[in-house]
Amino acid sequence: MKSRALNRVFMALVFLFLYAPIFLLIIFSFNAGESSVVWKGFSLKWYGELFRDRLIMQSVYTTLLVSLLATIISTIAGTFAAIGFYSMRRRVREPLMTINSIPMMNADIVTGVSLCLFFVAFFNLWGDFASWINSIQSLVYLPTRLNLGFGTLLLAHISFNIPYVILSVGPKLRQMDRNLVDAAQDLGCTWMQAFWKVILPEIKPGIVSGALIAFTMSVDDFVISYFTAGSATSTLAMQIYSMTKKRISPKINAISTLLFITVLALLVIVNIREARQERAALARQTGKK
Amino acid sequence: MKNKRSLFAVPYIVWMAFLVVIPIIIMVVYAFTTVPAGATDDSLTFTLSNFTSMGNYTVVFTRSFKLALIATLVCLLIGYPISYMIAKEGPRFQRIAMVLIMLPMWINFLLRTYSWMSILENNGLLNQFFRAIGLIDLYNSIAIHFAADPAAYQPITYFQMMGTSGAVVLGMVYNYLPFMILPIYSVIVKLDHSLVEAAHDLGANSIVVFRKVIFPLSLPGVLSGITMVFVPSVSTFAISRLLGGGNQMLLGDLIELQFTGGAYNPHLGAAIAMVMMVIVVVCMWVMNHFGEGEEQAVML
Repeated sequence: MKSRALNRVFMALVFLFLYAPIFLLIIFSFNAGESSVVWKGFSLKWYGELFRDRLIMQSVYTTLLVSLLATIISTIAGTFAAIGFYSMRRRVREPLMTINSIPMMNADIVTGVSLCLFFVAFFNLWGDFASWINSIQSLVYLPTRLNLGFGTLLLAHISFNIPYVILSVGPKLRQMDRNLVDAAQDLGCTWMQAFWKVILPEIKPGIVSGALIAFTMSVDDFVISYFTAGSATSTLAMQIYSMTKKRISPKINAISTLLFITVLALLVIVNIREARQERAALARQTGKK
Repeated sequence: MKNKRSLFAVPYIVWMAFLVVIPIIIMVVYAFTTVPAGATDDSLTFTLSNFTSMGNYTVVFTRSFKLALIATLVCLLIGYPISYMIAKEGPRFQRIAMVLIMLPMWINFLLRTYSWMSILENNGLLNQFFRAIGLIDLYNSIAIHFAADPAAYQPITYFQMMGTSGAVVLGMVYNYLPFMILPIYSVIVKLDHSLVEAAHDLGANSIVVFRKVIFPLSLPGVLSGITMVFVPSVSTFAISRLLGGGNQMLLGDLIELQFTGGAYNPHLGAAIAMVMMVIVVVCMWVMNHFGEGEEQAVML
């Protein structure tokens, strides 16, 4: 049993390695001084400063807005795309699924760079097109100069989120009994009714986890946003990056603490719910017997 | 009926064509072209100079690969045993341990890396700790004997950690260790235990069982973990910027500089990004070649 104790020590060390920096970050967010090394007493002043910092608050708002919009759009689009993919013949589906997995496999920086170049090339084309339209008529005036900004950021987020939604909805569609849809339609359902009443409830777990993954990927993303958001728009991660380049301020610690607590609370809630559902399922099973 | 339903995929196929395929094609076009000197319009000429001029950056290439490989190896050496140990514990322990391993992944990696900055600084917590336990004095008292001229020896007051390649590797290991643990754990935990028992019954000792049964069966997870750590490590630019302090330029930094920095040259940047994409494809090909099976691709 000596090896077991050794194992425990090793595990404890790894967890210490993973968590020590996070706890330090949290502890020094309550520091009265500006140093992240010397403790000068307890204070909440950095939290106050954080909420008064317009740039940070604006970037939090941008992050939440882009993540929410990207999650909603990519969940809907990804679900329909997955339904489409899984009604295709294997030979057609396989190459499409390969293309679908490109954004997931590629290094973020490659995706970011390629999207950035694409947007810039598109804006150039659009500029030519818009000035041509403007020159031949005067009813509508099209803007000739487009810039990277919230719109391109959102498009980029949607395009790296959809693959994850498809990947988590796909297996549920594969598990689903295909006869169910046929049966529903034989019994008089229209296709839409069959979709709402049969397909959707069956694949709901996949949709929910796909949406969750999409949201976390969006909130967490830095590299792709960095290349596609332009100079005027900034997400929280980009804001943090520019803050770390300048003089380090404990405001970063304060915001990380808040984020950590939010994530921790969410995880605890999800886990308790899962555990309760499992127990309920178990109770149902034993009840049946 | 079947064909009608597959029409649902059409919008997304169009989307993929525009936001996945065309951007990559544009990137490749950029990589193989340049703006001719003195050109005023946006005409492009074919060239291979972007690839040949990468020769000036061999240092960056080798450093990127070296650091990413070391980080991947360290992750494997820590990640494999820890996954194995967790998989042997009870279900409740496993569940909590996996949540604890995933939790840091939900905090932005910039924040986690930033935290290491305050630990590794010259006046940071680690150096304070070393000073407190007398390690720095000890080092000085030893080093003075080896100094060429003991009279001119300048005693150090801290260990330089920020800005070294070690700090960058540490940042990579810290950020990507969960990517190694998760796939390995998910393979080991599903491993058919009767195979291990059978091997024991047939007279194999623990080492042989591990080498001949457990390790080969967990190989898909290991390969997946290696890719998941190596790819972000070799392409990172924020970690090296924060912990390397500008001394440890990696491929990611080089690309980023071509787009946002003073060295504005998107053609060169696209060429380096293309090389990186080829690396990823090769990694994926190797992984699929050796570790057939798709279960390990499931991440969260």
